[in-house]
Formats: sequence, C-alpha cells, structure tokens
Amino acid sequence: MTVHDMKHAASDSARLEAVGGRLSRVDGPAKITGAAKYAFEQQLDGLTHAVLVGATIAAGKVTAIDARAAETAPGVLAVLTPDNIMELKGASDWLGNPPSQPTYAPLVREVTFSGQHVAAVVAETFEQAVAAAALVKVWYDETPAIVDLSDGKAGDGIPIDAMTKEWGDAEAAFAEAPVRICAAYNTPREFQAAMEPHGLIARWEGDELTIWEPSQWLDGMARTYAEWFSVPFENVRLVSPYVGGGFGSKAVALAHSAVAAAAARMLDRPVKLVLTRPQNFTSYGGRAATRQTVAIGADRDGKIQSIVHRGVNETAVDGTWVEPLGSVTSIMYATPNFSSKQNVVRVNTVVPGAKRAPGENPSAFGIESAIDELAYELGIDPLEMRLINYAEQDPHAKKAWSTRQLREAFAAGAEAFGWAKRSNAPRSMRDGHQLIGWGVAAGTYPVRRAHGEAVVKLLSDGSVEVESSSIDMGQGTYTILAQTAAETLGVPVERVSVKLGDSHFARAGVTGGSRLAGVMTGAVHKAAGQALDELIGLALSEPRSPFQKLQANTLQVRDGRIASPRGEGPDLSIADFMVAIGRDQIEAKGDTLPASTTPEERYKNYTTIAMSIPHTEGDYSRHSWCAHFVEVRIDEDFGTVRVARVVSALDSGRLYNPKLAESQWKGGIIMGIGQALLEEGVVDRRHGRIVNGNFADYMLPTNADIPDIQTISVGIPDPHSSALGGKGVGELAIVGIAPAIANAVFHATGKRVRDLPITLEKLI
Amino acid sequence: MRDFSYLRADSVEAARNAAALPGAMLLAGGTTLIDLAKCGVAEPSTVIDISHIEGLDAIDVTADRAVIGALARMSHVADHTSVKSCFPAVSEALWQAASAQLRNMATVGGNLMQRTRCPYFRDPQNFPACNKRAHGSGCSAIGGATRGHAVLGVSEACIATYPGDLAVALVAFDAEVDLGGRKLKVEDFFLAPGATAEQEHDIRPGEVITAVEIPGSAAARRSTYIKVRDRQSYEFAAASAAVGLELEGDGRTVRDIRVALGGVATKPWRARAVEEALKGKAIDEATIRKASELAMEGAVDHGANHYKIALAPRVIARAILKLGETA
Repeated sequence: MTVHDMKHAASDSARLEAVGGRLSRVDGPAKITGAAKYAFEQQLDGLTHAVLVGATIAAGKVTAIDARAAETAPGVLAVLTPDNIMELKGASDWLGNPPSQPTYAPLVREVTFSGQHVAAVVAETFEQAVAAAALVKVWYDETPAIVDLSDGKAGDGIPIDAMTKEWGDAEAAFAEAPVRICAAYNTPREFQAAMEPHGLIARWEGDELTIWEPSQWLDGMARTYAEWFSVPFENVRLVSPYVGGGFGSKAVALAHSAVAAAAARMLDRPVKLVLTRPQNFTSYGGRAATRQTVAIGADRDGKIQSIVHRGVNETAVDGTWVEPLGSVTSIMYATPNFSSKQNVVRVNTVVPGAKRAPGENPSAFGIESAIDELAYELGIDPLEMRLINYAEQDPHAKKAWSTRQLREAFAAGAEAFGWAKRSNAPRSMRDGHQLIGWGVAAGTYPVRRAHGEAVVKLLSDGSVEVESSSIDMGQGTYTILAQTAAETLGVPVERVSVKLGDSHFARAGVTGGSRLAGVMTGAVHKAAGQALDELIGLALSEPRSPFQKLQANTLQVRDGRIASPRGEGPDLSIADFMVAIGRDQIEAKGDTLPASTTPEERYKNYTTIAMSIPHTEGDYSRHSWCAHFVEVRIDEDFGTVRVARVVSALDSGRLYNPKLAESQWKGGIIMGIGQALLEEGVVDRRHGRIVNGNFADYMLPTNADIPDIQTISVGIPDPHSSALGGKGVGELAIVGIAPAIANAVFHATGKRVRDLPITLEKLI
Repeated sequence: MRDFSYLRADSVEAARNAAALPGAMLLAGGTTLIDLAKCGVAEPSTVIDISHIEGLDAIDVTADRAVIGALARMSHVADHTSVKSCFPAVSEALWQAASAQLRNMATVGGNLMQRTRCPYFRDPQNFPACNKRAHGSGCSAIGGATRGHAVLGVSEACIATYPGDLAVALVAFDAEVDLGGRKLKVEDFFLAPGATAEQEHDIRPGEVITAVEIPGSAAARRSTYIKVRDRQSYEFAAASAAVGLELEGDGRTVRDIRVALGGVATKPWRARAVEEALKGKAIDEATIRKASELAMEGAVDHGANHYKIALAPRVIARAILKLGETA
C-alpha cells in the first residue's frame, strides 16, 4: 500500500520553504540578536580557567619546569606539566586505526614545534591563569629544527605511494611532445582563521563527561574523548549548537582539548580553555605548504599528450598529513599519458590539517596555472585551451561523469563576464596607471558521500522537531533540514524546529568534504517520510481517527492539514488529528544505512571516516565543477593587485537552497582571493616560528578588497550523488580562484607569479 | 595578576601630576595601550585615564593654522570640513589609517604615541631581545622576518618601522606638538633609534600632549596622502607619502613642495632632498621620478624589505604627479 504521495521536489522549487527555495537562514535572528549561545558562553557553577604555556623552541627537550611561582600565584588551582598530568590512553585515528602509542601526552617533554603545549595553569579566573602562566619557567635543550620545505636539512621527503597515479608513458610522451611547458608552483602555510577560536569547556560528573566545544564532528570527537579517558562512548556528551567557522579545523579533538578535559577530571571542577589568537596558529595545523612541478606536453593544436606532475607537502615531525596534490591534475583534462607522484617532507611544525578543499585547492593552483602557460606558449585563448582538452569522462577512473556541467559553466561564465571582448596579449588592457588582466580557471571537488541518521518528531500541536548531532557552522544546516522536513511532511517550514549540535541526538558523521547537506537531507527526508507514513497509517487505521470511516487507501498532508487526495471527508490539522487520536507525538528515526548494518558498523560509520563511499564507486565518477572568470587591476608602479570583478559559474548539482549555496560559493571565492593575494604564515627561519599569528599581521581580505561577485548555478540534479540530487557546495568555489587570479595577473603584466601569495614586491 | 592603579584625570594639570609617577601611562582611546598590555609589552603601574578631560577634543581650523586637541578622535578630524579643505593630506592620512572602529576610538594624541608593529617587539614571551623594550637586550628582527621593516633611519639597535599615517602628514607640513610647557616640531618629537631605540619620543615624565598645531600653507591646501599597502583597508603602509605642492603662476614651476614618507622609516620621515631638488624647477614626470629617488639616499635593507627602496620613490612621484594634474 502506498500511504503517501511524495511531492516531487523540483516542481516546488519556487516555494520559499520547499527544498530548492531561497529561505533565509532560520538561525539568523538568533545570531544577530546574540541569543545564539556559543560553546564558550556557557555559564557553569564553579567554572575554572586554563591557560596554556607553549614551547619557545621548535625542536628539543624540556629539561626542567619551575612552576613554583605560578603555583603560589593568586587563584591558581594547579599547574599541569608533563610530570603531573593524568595519564591518557592513546585514541584511534579518524579512520579508526588503532593508536600508535598506548598512552597520549598532550603536554610534551619532546618538543617538535614552536608553540607546542608544555604546561597549563588552571586558576579561578581567566586573568589569574594568564598572569600565572607567564610565571612558569621552562628550560630547554634546543636542537636544530627543520624550519620549512626549503630548509637544507629537509631533504626530498617520504614517497606516498598511495598518491601515485599513472597511465600511459608520461615521461616519454612529454619528451616527444612538440610543445612543452614545465614550471614549479608553490603555496605557503595558510591558516583556517575562523573568527571563533578553538577551545572548550569540560565538565565531569562522575564518569560522565560533557564538553562544550565548537565542532565539525561531535561523534568523532566524543569517541576520541571516550578513548582518552577510558569511559564508554555514551558517557561523553559533546555540545556544539553553533560554530563560529571551522573551515576544516574543528573536526578532531586536539591536544588542548585533552588538557582541558584532563584538568577538569583532576580538579573535579569544570574547566574552560580557549586558545589565544596566536595559539590558534600553532595548536592545530593549517593548510600545509606545498610545492608542485607540472610538465605538460602537447600537440601544436593544443591537444595535451602528457602531464607529468610531482608534488611535495610539508608535514610534521611526529604526524603525517598528506595534501593530495594530484587530485585535480589527474581529472581536469583528457590526456593519454599521465604521471603524478607525491612526497611529504617532515619539518618542525604542528601537524598540518584540513583547510577548505584540502588537496584540490593547491592542486588546481598547479594545473590551472600550467594550462594557462601552455595556452600562451601556443597562442591559444586560455578558455579555448580548456575546451580543446575537455575530459569527456574521468581520465583517471575511466568512468563516466555522473554529471559534469563544466562546459556549460565555461559558456555561462564567459557570456556573463564578456570574455569574448578580451584581447589575448599580455599588457594589452589598461586604464590609466592600472594594468587590467582577465583570467580564467576551473575548479572541482569530489562528491564525498556517507550515511546519516535523523530523528523527526511530529508533536501534538502539529509542530515538527528534527534532531541530529550534525552541526551548522554557518553553511545553513538548520535551514535546509527544516526545508527538507517541511517539504517531506507537508507542513509550513515555520512549524519545523531543527535541533543540532548535541552528540546525544541521532548520530552524524563528520561535517567536512562538503558532504553534510547531501547526507543529512537524505536522512531527514527518510525519517520524515517514515513519520509521514506513520501519521497517515494512523489516520487510516486508528479507531479514533476521523478518517478511519473513509476507507481510503491514502491521504495527503499539505500545509499541515490532513485530507484525502480528492478532498472528500474530513480536513484536519495535524494538531487536531493528534488530539483526536490521543497521541503526544509520532517519532521516526531514519537512516540511510542498509538494513543489514551491524551496531559496530553503525558506530564506525559515525565516529570514523572509514565507511565513506568513494566518489568513483560503481559506474560513475562524481564531482562538482566550476569556472571562474576574474578581472584584476594592478597599479603598474606599485604592484598592488586588486580584484575588480569575479564571475563564477558553478555546478553543484541541485541546490537545496540557492541563497545559502550562493553565500557559501561567495565565501569560498573570498577565501580564494585571500589565498591568492594575502595569506601566508611567515616563518622566522632562525626559530621555526610563525611570527604573524594574529589577525592584524596574517592578512585576510577586508570588505574593501572584495568586489562584486556574480555566481551562476549551472547544475542539474545528479541522482548518482545524493538522495535529492545535490553535489558538494562548500569547498568547490575556493578551488581555482587563486590560479584564475594568477592567470589574470599574467595577462595584465606579462609576469607569471608561481608563488602564492601574489604580493606587490613580486610585481615591481 | 598584573595589578595597576587606575586614575581618572579631570584636568590637564591633574594628568600632568599623575603622569610624573613612575610607571604611569596615559589612557585615551585605548586602542594602543590595551593592545600592548595584552601582548605583554606595556605593563603600566598606573593608568591615567584622560579621556574625560573636557575641552581637549576641540578642532579649530583657520586658513593660517589648525589646532587639533589631543583627544579629538581620528574619525572626527578626518571628516572635519575645514581639515579636508585646508589640509587634505591630513584627512586622507587619517581615513586610510586603521579601521573605522579604531578611528572612532583612537585620539590624535594617542595616535602620535602609537608603537611599532614589529612582531618581535610585540612578542616578549618568544623574543626577549628587543632594544625598544629593554635597552641593550639586542634586536630580534635583524636576521629575521623583515618584510615590513624600515629601510630609512635604521640602526644596528633597531629597524622597527614607524607604523602611523597621521604623523607623516604632520611632519610634511611642519606641525608642532603642544606638550604644555613646550612645543616642538612633530619631526623632532619622534626620535630615530640610534643607540637608544627605547626612546621613541621626546617627551618627559609629567608631560602630556594637549594639541597638535599645523601651520596653514598653500602647499598644505594642495596636498595628498597616498598609501600603498597589501590590502585595501585596515593595513599598515608598505610605503606612503604625504605631499604638498605650490606652483608658480605658470602652473609648472615649483614654488613650495613638502614630502614626507611613511611605512619605510623608523620615524615619520621628511624627504628634504626631494623637496630641494624640485623647488624652483619646472616639473615633468621624468624630473619628478628622478627627484623622488633622492628620498632613498642612505637606505639600508634587510632582505625581505628591499622592495621598499624601489616602491617609496614611486609613491612620492605618484603623489606629486597627482597634485600637478589638479593644477
């Protein structure tokens, strides 16, 4: 029996509240009025404050710590050092691999990077803790540090065989190609730079731990805490209803998290620890510095014959981060011969981490700059160059694209930008002192898929609650899940309240890799469908139901009212119906996992990324795509680059909420402008230390640096990518912005800048 | 806890008396002092809040002279109609400084006392050596990350850049700072580091800046401030120039010219060699560019800041050319 007619999503896209509607963020008013309570704003009785002491050397040993002055300072409750902090167990990694060490020491004796935590002071007030932390004296036995990739001691690094991608005979084909370019492209250390710093409040009640911490992955982090402290997973509750920006950095529990939770356990008092702004540059990793060489061999008509790519990213002495540099290189253009290999080089830094589109972002800077160089080598328009080498299928996986609206993106972007009016020669466009350059580049990001779970409750007043331990870090989860539930259930969106950010809600995997919207709209759609099934089933069969005597085989719910499809018989609000049958609520828990999934697999699915579904699973290769068109204006005397115009056409499949998708795309484009022109972690090479770890000196774009940005959606629903047809949104748009700007800079000046950021001294 | 006494001065006299106390520092807009206290550079034993003294925020401008009270907010001065017409470079320097929020809080007197952005100066925990903080302790910047450091007025003791904009315009137009008992040229108020990098200003215990006075002139009326920086807002100058120009009746011969530089020197830097080279000359672009190069005589770079030597003359030249075009 079909008990309900699922409304077809696309047909309702004009309605604000439906999936596909331009509903404004439902959490907006709470954030604007200050009602939204962020992690550090929790008021707890007996709260204490912890402040970390960071190493002032980049490599060596802590030989002694004198904490006496700090211990006797006013208000100080404890000074934690490697000698007295409680022992923690090692935790498995985010793939679920068992820990490499049986124990975990978040305060270290062996220092491997500047700023690493060596001690912590806990006091009654924050000010007392800050003052006492300055009194902790640490002595070191310093050893020479490897400060960065160009350090003579750094070497060539360690080959990461899993990154090798090869077909044909790339080196031979490159050697034989009539036209060849080969160049090196570098990106510096970059940071996520979220406005909300990292930190947490930890509270123990017996063996139960509650953590208020901004988080992109409650279940994963809860698992880590549970393993560190040897308590059951269920004993750990993470609370993170609002996140002030994550950009990849807030998905794992970190050393400072362990210190705060250990301090709370040791003192039996709640502890608040918030990283200072400089500590946000040393306590977790930003985007690794990268180096790539891209060699392209082509025919004289521009057809690529071979791509040879070599990449290196820096990683830490005591941890490995691989920034997959061949990810875009291997799929963007058709080539019969290809080779990509990658090494990682250990330097004395905190382990690098995920920053918006890890891998794809620097990868695109390499290949999308190189293809532009090839176009100029051949005198072919850079846009035409890309079309000549358009990949009709995934060149690496040798599978059909699920959907690839990249050709449409090039066409729509070029039309809106006015690309046809461009003169191809460098330095051929100017306005007074300003050299004008127009550049193009493409971007892509894979569709990362996983399984999700949600609870949907229909309450007796006709309102709806959606619960999930997924999170909203500004991208719009609250809003699109409300839209999904409203559309599926047939209730007005304002009757839906979404509750997120509590690990005791229905479980969720990581919010990262642009996967959340696709996963969670699928889960909510399923749970809401189950709730609707149950509602209609009750209406048809419950003895007290006014519909029971209709003898209908289905009913429909629209605008919160239940009626038969043809309008005969009663027409009741859900609230009146619930009263009529005497029910408090109808609750459905839905997930997208196969029914055969074991509890162990479910746990693994939500607390690790081991069960992510490959984007090339089955018959298709699934990716989002985009084309960026950029105008730069460069002062010919000063070398200052300003982005004057951006037009981007993007294929993220079906958009669940175009207003929010455009906002995320623009955010990615803005972040890409910062990457191209401003962002660089400056290392003092004598000390291996970041010296611009603050928001005045680590430069991010201001409003004045951002021009009008036009985004154009060229996506079509992709049934192979998600339940409702969407592909990834959040990370896509940053991919390709930096090369589009670098290409525009070349067009304006005739200078090819291959080292980001493109600062003025590189152009004068 | 770093305890300190807080005193609120009701009058300039009270502020002067309190300022004579050892370890005393004045608080006006707070945008510098609180920042430096947070990073451990400023550790005053007494903070004297002068922000409530009445009458110190007056802005009085005539054709002959502008008198700007020490407590006048940067944003108010920048937006003052007569400042804009009689001293456009002063207004332009102010509105290109800091951010709107900071300009609404920061005062003119406090702005003159703004400290350098040298990252080594601002990080006592990691870099104990800094001659600015502690005489004779050494300079951590030399040999380090120096992209933002000065090329003019540097010494072996210190290469920290003077970060401000307003004072560059003030130095160009021979402004004076009123310290109550004495007045001195703003140019002399700022001290190059030499062997005593810790002494940044010629100000004595018990002295309080009460006003800044700028003499009016034809060059000040035709003036501009050009600031070149990595980003468009909320950023210190890579190089900046305050330039005023007075031409003879022929519209091309220089009667008077004032040139001062920011972002490249250890103090607001008057480029007299450029002025002398152009006075009495008929100007064209080539002459201007050649003369502007003279500003860099004696410049010393430390690697990453080498570009400033090429950049600064171009900024001067652009400013002169811009003023020449408006003849």
